[in-house]
Amino acid sequence: MISIKNVRKIYPSKQGQLKAVDDVNLEIKEGEIFGVIGYSGAGKSTLIRMLNGLELPTDGTVTVAGRVISKIKGSELRKARQEISMIFQHFNLLWSRTVSENIAFPLEIAGVPSTQRQKRVNELIKLVGLEGRENAYPSQLSGGQKQRVGIARALANNPKVLLCDEATSALDPQTTDSILELLVDINKRLGLTIVLITHEMHVIRKICHRVAVMESGKVVELGSVLDVFKNPQQPITKRFVQQVTEPEETKDTAEHLLERYHSGLIVQLTFIGESAEQPVITNLIRNNNVTVNILQGKISQTQSGSYGTLFIHIDGDEKEVTNAVDFIRSHQVGVEVVAND
Amino acid sequence: MIKEYFPNVDWLILWQETKNTLYMTGISVLATFILGTLLGLILFLTSNGNLWGNKPINAVFSTIVNIFRSIPFIILIVLLIPLTTILVGSMIGVNAALPSLIIGAAPFYARMVEIGLREIDKGVIEAARSMGATTGTIIWKVLLPESMPALISGITVTAIALVSYTAMAGAIGAGGLGSLAYNYGYQRNQNDVTFMATVVILLIVFVIQFIGDFITSKLDKR
Repeated sequence: MISIKNVRKIYPSKQGQLKAVDDVNLEIKEGEIFGVIGYSGAGKSTLIRMLNGLELPTDGTVTVAGRVISKIKGSELRKARQEISMIFQHFNLLWSRTVSENIAFPLEIAGVPSTQRQKRVNELIKLVGLEGRENAYPSQLSGGQKQRVGIARALANNPKVLLCDEATSALDPQTTDSILELLVDINKRLGLTIVLITHEMHVIRKICHRVAVMESGKVVELGSVLDVFKNPQQPITKRFVQQVTEPEETKDTAEHLLERYHSGLIVQLTFIGESAEQPVITNLIRNNNVTVNILQGKISQTQSGSYGTLFIHIDGDEKEVTNAVDFIRSHQVGVEVVAND
Repeated sequence: MIKEYFPNVDWLILWQETKNTLYMTGISVLATFILGTLLGLILFLTSNGNLWGNKPINAVFSTIVNIFRSIPFIILIVLLIPLTTILVGSMIGVNAALPSLIIGAAPFYARMVEIGLREIDKGVIEAARSMGATTGTIIWKVLLPESMPALISGITVTAIALVSYTAMAGAIGAGGLGSLAYNYGYQRNQNDVTFMATVVILLIVFVIQFIGDFITSKLDKR
């Protein structure tokens, strides 16, 4: 559906050339929710803008839905853009238009006759759950409602691809989740390919199938979300994964636990996919002569399975404890001994 | 009693000159709105990083606007006498005032239009581009509607400036309340005429301000 080949974007600057995007290659499949994560300045914003021709690559080709976006111009590009919609961090609605009129705007651009336009607007308002707010102005809406208008507007011309530019970064956590659920729902119902950029791993975890990690213009890591969570390679990826799996307090907790338990082992278990749903702890206790104390745990859902971490304290005879750790390892669970006395 | 306080005021002439002032103001406001909006759009669109970003063209228009904005109006009228004679066929009368009124006010208004357009969130223009809008659509459906409150409050200020310009134009033979005050009030020392002309001009200004504020508040949905 989307193919990015050897793409580079170089901006001239006073200190020489600034490589915003540096030799990026990506293939995004039809119907996929693809996430690009990176800190600000990593080049993800420039990258997503090349998918609808708002930015042109210095080198390389960008192909979306069979059209070479990096080559076409004028009316052909405008036609292509009607199939590649975009939603924005700050919504970018026209404040002079009501909700209905904002959603009708792309239909006006596409030249849809007014009666059909009204019908389509009503469908879209139902789809994004804004019934009753049709005649409100954007200034009368909450952030979440504004983004719903943005999504409805983006879907108006039945696009093939939806680009999300930090679409939830200006929203509070609860509203973020409801918007993400709406995006997943749209992806499933309409089979829409979604490309989103974000700096929040939470967003990637919740809805993406695959993720690319960007750092100073380069894609440094690419893979299915679960694989990246299970086995992050780059230091930057590890930091992003920690955003979700290890809340701030975990480190403090671990230190605190080490002070309290002087015998046995404190172990961090990492569960991926199916192993997260097996009764590993029950089996551990039944098969080994050890006591197990659960200290802290968390299971997160991703689009392709669950991912969890669990801190436990295993105590007992030294040999039994070692056996217990081996037992857990044999069950495809990641084991990391935090520290022992 | 009115006769007693305003012995020299000929009410018929006052009414006639009020109509002249309204005529000059009305036509020049309309023309300034159109011409100034056009100039303002060009200034905005050709500025750096915008849809038609073009430094030389922007510099040319910017210079023209600055020059005409800097010439004092009373001098502009005199400078434009040859042009006025070609356009209107005379340098006397209400129509003769129009070219200099419009040329004097349009650049002033163009700058206000430019400021109004700059206040539009760049993201909104980007969103319209991402939907496949042409530049024409962006002008008609994004730039103008989104800046309309600023355009209206700008034209209100300009219209009030134009009322005082018509009074100046009156001094060199354009007619209107300005020439009434000048010819009767100043030349013949009839202060009651000057006073009445001032009162009518004040009324006109208040009404323009009221209408402008009303429309602006109706349009502003922010």
